[in-house]
Amino acid sequence: MSVEEKVIKIIAEKLNVSEDQVKPEASFVDDLGADSLDLVELVMAMEEEFGMEISDEEAEKLRTVKDVLDYIKERVK
Amino acid sequence: MELLKDKVALVTGASRGIGRAVAVELARAGADVAVNYAVSEEAAKEVAREIESLGRRAFLVKFDVADPSAVAEGVKAVEEAFGRIDILVNNAGITRDGLLVRMKDEDWERVLSVNLKGAFLVTKAVLPGMMKRRDGRIINISSVVAFSGNPGQTNYAASKAGLVGFSRSLALEVARRGITVNVVAPGYIETDMTAALPEKAREALLSQVPMGRAGTPEEVAHAVVFLASDKASYITGTVLHVNGGLW
Repeated sequence: MSVEEKVIKIIAEKLNVSEDQVKPEASFVDDLGADSLDLVELVMAMEEEFGMEISDEEAEKLRTVKDVLDYIKERVK
Repeated sequence: MELLKDKVALVTGASRGIGRAVAVELARAGADVAVNYAVSEEAAKEVAREIESLGRRAFLVKFDVADPSAVAEGVKAVEEAFGRIDILVNNAGITRDGLLVRMKDEDWERVLSVNLKGAFLVTKAVLPGMMKRRDGRIINISSVVAFSGNPGQTNYAASKAGLVGFSRSLALEVARRGITVNVVAPGYIETDMTAALPEKAREALLSQVPMGRAGTPEEVAHAVVFLASDKASYITGTVLHVNGGLW
């Protein structure tokens, strides 16, 4: 499974939406119905899956699916 | 009927007093129990034996709830031994009584560290697993003095009242995750902690209890078992007083 596929799978699972809805431009809060704890869980799941630490400052900037994809792809080489 | 069949519980400060009764009653209701203690190893082993004699698994785990790295390691050890933690009872508590005007800074800090920060640290370590499973029960042991006040116990009362605000706020944070957070507030209960009070103070306390007697640790434990069970599935952020009418 590619990094992108993994990220999309995790987002779909954590936010309880279908993978089709996890489009790059989708906003977690506005389009996918995430609340603040969902966002924390998402960050924790990414940290676990990719063995990295994401600081609160960095996490705050991750608002859309594309933000997360770019962030993870940049750091997982 | 086993209310807590196949559940896994962690009870802090479970070697003596209310914590011990809670650990045993959870086991009697069907749960496997991790018995946390900081000092009393022999007493903790006895609790573990009692749990095993009820046909449940026990796991001894020693850590100071106020020590962040020890808490993280201890909780990890429990999760490795039992696979998960369904029920957390933050019971570990100490007293360092004295009138405020003479209270030492370290007596204030130690009581707040163990009783309040300890609950924060253990909860923080246990919560991620509960969030993932969308299921969990957190029960924090407060005290009647959080509500009534008690001269000589500003530190203890502040820590126990702090647990109430802590619990109500956390209940709101995790309500949508299938996790409930509640408080049990015991009144005057027969434990080592109250046995340490001067005879006169105990008599005075007892005379104020409408039921005319001290409560037993088991009577507190039964409230915890209820809140930990599926029977309490729609109860969160609340305080269950177990005090024989003492306010």
